[in-house]
Amino acid sequence: MTDAIVVENVRKRYGDKAALDGFDLAVGSGTVHGLLGPNGAGKTTAVRVLTTLLLPDEGRAEVAGYDVAREAGRVRRRIGLLGQHAALDEELGGRQNLEMFGRLYHLGARHARVRADELLERFGLADTGRKAVKQYSGGMRRRLDLAASLITEPEVLFLDEPTTGLDPRGRAEVWGAVRSLVGGGTTVLLTTQYLEEADQLADRISVVDRGRVIADGTADELKAKTGGDRIDVVLRDGGQLGAAVALLPLDKSEVSVDADRRRLSAPVTDRMAALAGAVRALEEAGIVAEDIALRRPTLDEVFLHLTGDGPAGSTGDEHRDHAVKEAV
Amino acid sequence: MSTTYEESRVATYETSRAGAWAYVLTDCWTMTRRELAHWARQPVQMIVGLVFPVMMLVMFGYLIGGGRGIEGNYIDFLVPGMLALTMAFGLEATMIAVTQDLNKGVIDRFRSMPMTNGAVLVGRSAADMLQSALGLAVMIGVAYALGWRVHGTFGSFLGAVGLLLLFRFAMLWIGIHLAMVAGKPEMVQAVQILVWPVSFLSNAFADPDEMPDWLGPVVEWNPMSHTATAVRDLLGSPGGEPGHIWPAIVWPLALLAVFFPLAVRRFGRLSR
Ligand SMILES: Nc1ncnc2c1ncn2[C@@H]1O[C@H](COP(=O)(O)OP(=O)(O)O)[C@@H](O)[C@H]1O
Ligand SMILES: [Mg+2]
Repeated sequence: MTDAIVVENVRKRYGDKAALDGFDLAVGSGTVHGLLGPNGAGKTTAVRVLTTLLLPDEGRAEVAGYDVAREAGRVRRRIGLLGQHAALDEELGGRQNLEMFGRLYHLGARHARVRADELLERFGLADTGRKAVKQYSGGMRRRLDLAASLITEPEVLFLDEPTTGLDPRGRAEVWGAVRSLVGGGTTVLLTTQYLEEADQLADRISVVDRGRVIADGTADELKAKTGGDRIDVVLRDGGQLGAAVALLPLDKSEVSVDADRRRLSAPVTDRMAALAGAVRALEEAGIVAEDIALRRPTLDEVFLHLTGDGPAGSTGDEHRDHAVKEAV
Repeated sequence: MSTTYEESRVATYETSRAGAWAYVLTDCWTMTRRELAHWARQPVQMIVGLVFPVMMLVMFGYLIGGGRGIEGNYIDFLVPGMLALTMAFGLEATMIAVTQDLNKGVIDRFRSMPMTNGAVLVGRSAADMLQSALGLAVMIGVAYALGWRVHGTFGSFLGAVGLLLLFRFAMLWIGIHLAMVAGKPEMVQAVQILVWPVSFLSNAFADPDEMPDWLGPVVEWNPMSHTATAVRDLLGSPGGEPGHIWPAIVWPLALLAVFFPLAVRRFGRLSR
């Protein structure tokens, strides 16, 4: 299997700030790849480099086998872009937009019209009439934007935070549309701040922070990286959380406490010993637990762990050092 | 009914092989249609653009009046000057439109597509030229109603219109370039402030011979003054002098030779 996207050591500076600082990436052909990272991590900058909108200061990037800097025209014929912000003509209607883009892809007038109708139908926008895009709801706009990026059924599709700012219904609509694309051979690069979204849609995930990829793998692999299973303990009396942390046989520096939910959580190595130990310790101290459970870490925890904006009670820097070491 | 993905894909890939001039023209036409579609949806904006110069004409013709030292009817002197001034003000209109457009998300989509690089700009310029031609027609109609008359042949009338539109075309590409240099709408205002003195330091309203010694030469040097004088000459209006037709052709061409390539190049590199 060849790689549809290859990025090697790309750097892009804005003033004295590096938006991309040695960015590396490889995305297999026909897969869905998630770029997961907080605001300002460099996701949009990476997408703009890959879609030929931005020239990198250093490094090399290839999309569908062509260099984004030297062969921009070839790249543009093979990609679709759903940018972070709507890339539509807001004054015009949905059909007008799609027809215009179709003509700019040189489909010819008739073909562009047929394709526009087809896409409007597929994304449930067929009956929007003459309404200008600026009067569309957020979800409709996003779907039209997605339709526009699919006019030529691209080899590589870029989705930059496709559901940010949408309500749950709009999000579900966009997810449905993205899922329906998968399997058609299209390679998808998806950026998101939502861990759930990456988990739901992506085959593989790269965690991005401060302009570089700090971890890479399937959702399960990433979860395993944080140190395997966790134990959750929910107390009846939240005021006893501190006492419980002190007496439980857990690594104190890794315990995170959620006072609102009266819950503490920590990684464990020996599942059964940890469970039995916790039950016994709480019983002896007379602390009533409502729930004790073992579980796999959520991607949220993976993310916080890797980027080092760490769980409550620990300093970010310790975690950052830890995370970088682990990622290397 | 359905076109398959394969079909549409093939259609796009063929462009790479053809890569022909035909596509350049198609793209420019598509982008011109886009601007016309905007008019159809927002006719008021377009109409205000046509009415504003007419108000200026009436204001300067009647409320401010004047024109000491002008032989004959002041309105005959004023109208060609106002036509040239309207063309110069087009620079502002173009600049505002381009700045607004460039700050829209749709530009990113255009730039990520395999379309002709400057087609967006060509669409803008085609639409602006069309609007300017309409604007000239409206102003000339109103001027006729106010008693202004053309004294030349029909050929020289067409020549005068041609010079005005050529001047507008040069202003247009300066406007496009300045819009890209300015970038943000806030910066446009700063540039706009410069357009006014340049426009008014011309012979649109008064004869440079009647101006202070230091001002006269500046005004006569202004490319817009050449256009106004040549138009007056061709239309047989007071203030016309022979010998300004060539400068009225060469100046805009020279400005275009500088600003057209600058603008297209800058658009291609925009934020890359
Ligand atoms: N045009 C720009 N000018 C200056 N700084 C920018 C620009 N674009 C992005 N940045 C900076 O680069 C960093 C990465 O931004 P971005 O790629 O948009 O991150 P993300 O999409 O992950 O939120 C941020 O710190 C942002 O402030
Ligand atoms: Mg972003």
